[in-house]
Formats: sequence, structure tokens, C-alpha cells
Amino acid sequence: MKEILTAASSPHILHPDTTRGIMSDVVIALAPAAVYGCILFGWQAAAVLAVCIITAVASEFLWNLALKKPQSVGDISAVVTGLLLGMNLPASIPLWQAAIGSVAAIIVVKQMFGGIGCNFANPAIAARIILLVSFPGSMTKFTEPVSDIVTSATPLAAESGTYTLKSLFFGMHPGSLGETSAFLLIVGGIYLLLRRVISPVIPLCFIGTVAVLSLISGEDLAVSLFGGGLMIGAIFMATDYTTSPTTALGKAVFGIGCGLITFIIRKFGALPEGVSYSILLMNILVPYINRYTLSKPFGFLKPSKEETANG
Amino acid sequence: MDGKEKILSPAGRIRGGVTLPHLKGTADSESVIMPPPATVRIPMRQHIGAPAEPVVSAGEKVFVGTLIGKAGGFVSAPVHSSVSGTVKGIEDYSVGGQSCKCVVIESDGLMEPDPYLAPFNADTRADIAEACDKCGLVGLGGAGFPTKVKLSYSDDTKIDTLIINGAECEPYITSDYRACIEDYEDVVDGIYFIKEKLGIPKVIICIESNKEKAISKLYAIASDRRDMDDSVKLMRLPASYPQGAEKVIIYSATGRRVPAGKLPADVGCIVMNITSVAALYRFIKTGMPLVSKRITVDGTAVKEPKNIIVPIGTSVKDVLEFAGGVSEEAAEIIFGGPMMGVDAVSENAVVEKRTNAITVMRETLKPAVTTPCIKCGRCARACPMRLYPASVEAAVNHGFTERLKGLNVDYCMECGSCSYVCPAKRPLTQVMRLAKAELRRSKK
Repeated sequence: MKEILTAASSPHILHPDTTRGIMSDVVIALAPAAVYGCILFGWQAAAVLAVCIITAVASEFLWNLALKKPQSVGDISAVVTGLLLGMNLPASIPLWQAAIGSVAAIIVVKQMFGGIGCNFANPAIAARIILLVSFPGSMTKFTEPVSDIVTSATPLAAESGTYTLKSLFFGMHPGSLGETSAFLLIVGGIYLLLRRVISPVIPLCFIGTVAVLSLISGEDLAVSLFGGGLMIGAIFMATDYTTSPTTALGKAVFGIGCGLITFIIRKFGALPEGVSYSILLMNILVPYINRYTLSKPFGFLKPSKEETANG
Repeated sequence: MDGKEKILSPAGRIRGGVTLPHLKGTADSESVIMPPPATVRIPMRQHIGAPAEPVVSAGEKVFVGTLIGKAGGFVSAPVHSSVSGTVKGIEDYSVGGQSCKCVVIESDGLMEPDPYLAPFNADTRADIAEACDKCGLVGLGGAGFPTKVKLSYSDDTKIDTLIINGAECEPYITSDYRACIEDYEDVVDGIYFIKEKLGIPKVIICIESNKEKAISKLYAIASDRRDMDDSVKLMRLPASYPQGAEKVIIYSATGRRVPAGKLPADVGCIVMNITSVAALYRFIKTGMPLVSKRITVDGTAVKEPKNIIVPIGTSVKDVLEFAGGVSEEAAEIIFGGPMMGVDAVSENAVVEKRTNAITVMRETLKPAVTTPCIKCGRCARACPMRLYPASVEAAVNHGFTERLKGLNVDYCMECGSCSYVCPAKRPLTQVMRLAKAELRRSKK
């Protein structure tokens, strides 16, 4: 028996889950689609992913070092950001541009707002948009899978009927290097659901809203769902803890809002894709959504007028 | 066993709560009776309310069950000697940040019962309340609220359901479970007795689904003496934490919600712990007040986990020695289970009426690293009271007292679920306590 006994506040046991474990689960869930992207788009895709991840982790490491903050790269969240960003880029993007994206994601969007848990926007999404407006040429130049044929059109912008449901679902079409295989992204999403890392509310509301609106307006449903960044956005980016609501009702509002904005941009906007912008716009609303969707405590009694007057 | 389908399912299922490892390794260990230690130190405050006042002085001869402290007010409870022997003196005692007097008694090792003890005749509710008082009975689930006070509701209050709490939702603890198995006669007789004398039409005995043996046992006994109107029912609760919390068990048993600041009696319920019922009935039958407790000694640092019946006032050190010792790495001694238990801090702390377990943990248990909140919302989903611990923490850290008022921290019962699930290992339950204190301070 030790001389000095602990005097700690209850509870005295904790669940084994950690932030690091959760982030590792996200990496595991993304891995199949990322590896598949490398197979489809070749060594260039692998190089983009590697550059994004290494730059993201290095940025966070150096930022903490320079500002004498506790080192936080061990929580794996920078790996997730780098990986997600890389998967949202075309395989043909110059590597230095990918690196700039990673630096922007970690330094500008995440660390400058206080690091993990404090950023208001999803770092990978915001960085993708920064790259899109900075380097529109290389960000919209996609290649056909397993070939070097360059195209500027993802299925969303291509003539309808170009791609079959099967090729869309399994990712045999141009697009960002990790977003094309709906199948593997859904598998990753199911893994996260089973591991209780994410709740199904946001993905279902997001995808459901896009599906319903596409059907109503006569769009090709398969292209709407699987032809762009909807799956990776709805399953992996809109469910980012820090930048999405914590209440169940709030998650539904958030998901439906994302779906609505995505549809409006795709249908009426000048851009072929709207997933990133929709998530970014909804990110900004999260504090308000949270505030207005708080549930009442169990056995809630409205404070009487007397108490309100005194309080 | 036929008729098992007659066991009730919960009437309501609370949102939130957590699934814990049960760790009920002592479930099949028959309780051993601990011989009296050389000395016992019996605290005068083993309950919520005013401490009892010592009525003995040094040199006096006492027996098992002799009154040594009288109730110090209405919300208070008397204290009795747990051994026979001689009073050595009255000392100061403190545990968990509260201090009081304690009576030190040197045991003669004979455990002679007080010759004046006699069965107690109780016919009315007032009699039962008096019996609870004379017995020194307090809520044995851990809260320690004097049972007499609980039963002293006004005659206008309509109570239609007596809920017997055998949930025992904390990990490790099996003392209530062993009471069902070993003292089932006192439990069942006590339930029928209390029901009849209090005139409560319905009784629901609530036991978690991880204690099937207790459910079967009580069901068999209760079936044998089933009354005409079949008013004593068993209910199988889901084995999730905190099913045993009063508001949670009332919701599970009846679907009724106890509003904030109200008592179970306000929704027609009385909740009694299963061990409390057995203790009360033993007092009615024999006149022996509450002087010993069945406690579970378990935890990662305990060599031979077991259930022990211990005289109240026995030091942790004596209990652990009797239990077979603890390992070298033992670093934390907890009164109660690991979720809501209070650290004993010293080996000289003693077993009280409300102690139902001594849990000894190794140092390696708690990861010391706290990382930033990632707003995952698990704390809010785990909260059985539907609060937002992470928001409370943010408000406390930023000193937003106004915002705290809107976060209803008063509803928190400190069950520990939020801290338990937090992947960032943030001490949220502790923050909830801080927030409550901060609000009380700001109201003054």
C-alpha cells in the first residue's frame, strides 16, 4: 500500500475511448477509399495524400513549437485533416499547391482559432475552398480513372447518361481522388457508426435532402448522390464534431440545411459542385443551431414568476 | 420457473445513461461475518442532516445496539454501538470534507446484545416512522437520507406505489444482491409488512437484468405468499447506469417524472433500498438497530474480493486486513463504487451505515492527460438529466455566471456519466459541482 492515498473526485473509472482513438477510427474508416483512389489515379494520388498529411502534421508541430504550446500532434487530428483534404483534391494537382492547402487548413483555419475543438469551420473544407479560389485551374482538372486522359468534368457536369449507376457507385469516374467510390465511403461510414464515432443523423438528413430534391426536380439521382463529393462530405466532413451541432435536433437541422444548400448551388449556381460551400455555410450557423435546439432537463419545471423576478 | 413472464418490464426508459462494465465478481461469494475489531470509531454523522449528539462518556459499558448518540434534530438519525465493550472517549472525525464527533469503543470481543432490546410493535405509519428512527435507519443505497423523514409525509399525500430499489447499478458492488440471496426472508417479509402498515396499494421491486438469480429468488418467495390482489410485482430493469438513481428508478418503475426540487412523494412514490427494508424488518422483529453493514470489498487492488458483514465504525484498515489485504500498487480507497464513491483518503476512515462497498484501486487507473474538448456531445448524450456538461464547463471557465443559470445545473445528481464517457478525459462531474457551488454563491 502506498504511503500517500489518492483523493480524487468521482467518478473513479473512465471509458477507454480517447480523442486519439476516435481520430484513429476516422483514419481507418477513410483508408479504403483513399487506397482505392491511389489505385484509380496512380502514384500521383499517393503523392498528394502523403504531401497533405505530412504538411498538416508538420504545420501543427511547428506551430506548437514556435508558440511554446503543448504538443498536440499525438491526437491524430492533423492526420485526419491532411487525409481528408488530400482526398478532396484532384490527383493531378501540383504538390506545392496541395501543401499550401494543408498549411492553410492547420494554421489559418484550425490553430489560429485555438486548435482542436475551437475552430468554427472544418479545416479540410475551408482549405479546399481556399485552393479552389486560388488555383481554379488545377482544382478543376480531373483525370479519368486508370488512364491519363484529362477531363474538366465530373459526372455532375457531364452529359447525363455518360456514367452508369454501377460505375458511379464503385467510383469509376473522374473526381477528387478520394471522393469517387461511394461504396467504400459508405463502408467507412458504417464502420464509424458501429464504433459509435458518428451518429447517423447528419449523413442521413444531408443525403436524404439532396435525394428528395433531386428526384423532385428531375435530376439523375445516381449522379446527384454518387457523382460528386456528397458521400465524403456527408459522412466524413459534415460530421466533424467541432463544426457540427451536438444536439440530435440540431444535427437534423444541420444535415437538411447542408442538403438544401448543396442542391441550390448545384442546380442554380455557376459551380458544378456545392458540397464544400454548403458545409462551410452551415458550420457558421452551428452555435445558433446549438443554442436553439437545447432540450429541457428531465422533470423540467418552468421557474415561477416569483423566482424569475428575484433571479 | 413458470410465470416468469409476469415480471414487469420498465414503464419508462430514460434517455442517456451509460453502459458500464459490471465487474460483479463477488456476486457468488457468500458474506463472511467479520469478528469485532479491537476498537471501533463510530461517527455521529452517517447521514444527511444534523449530526447525532453523543449520550455516552468515557468508561461507560455498552452492548451491541446500545444508543450512543441521539438524533440532533428532525433531519438526523440516532447512532448505536456496533460492539459490546467500553467507551474509551469521544474524538473528532472527518471524511469527505465533513467533520463530526465519533465515539471510540474498545471491544470486549463478546458481541453481547443490549439486554433491553425487544421486538417493536408497529401498526400505523407513524409507528413505522418511529421504528425507522429508533433503528437509526438511513437510506442505505449511499445517500444516507434519514428514512424517518422520508416516511413523515403529510396525511393528504396520496402514495400509491412503494418502489424497492435493488438496481445496484454501480460496478463491483454486490451487497444488495447478496441481501436478496441471503436475507430474502427479511426482504420479502419486510416488503409485505411495510406495504400493509403504510397502506400503499402497489409495490414494485426493481432489480437490474444482470441479477437474474435475485429476480428468481424473490419471485419464488413472493409467489408463495402472493396476496389476493397480486399487488407486489417484480420489475426487470435494463442493466445500465444510473438505473438506481431515485428519479431514474421512479421513471423506470412508473413512467412518472419527479419535477425539479420535488420529492418522490409528490408523484405518489416512496423509494426504499432493498437493504434498508431488510434492516427495518430485522429491527421490528428483534429490536436490533442498524449496527452492521454488508459491504463488498473489491477493486483492481484487492487480492481476494468478497462480501463481508462488518460492524459499523470498523476502520478501512481492519476491514482490508480481514479481507486478505491489498496489492502493493493500491493507491485509492473508495467508499462505495467507482462511479459515485467518495475517497477515504486515510486508512483510518471507518465503515458507516451508508457504506455499501470499499473499492480499492490501483494507481494506473486514471489517465492523467486531459485534452481539449472536441465537442463530440457524448457528455450530453450520457446525461440522464439531459444537461450539457461541456457547455457548463465552458461557462464556468469563462466566468459566465448568467449563462450558467440557463444551463439548469441544479438538476445534476453527480452520477459521473459525463466524466466517464468524455474522450478528452475532462473532469466534467467535478465542474458540475463547481458550477452548482458558484450559482449558490451568486444567489447570496
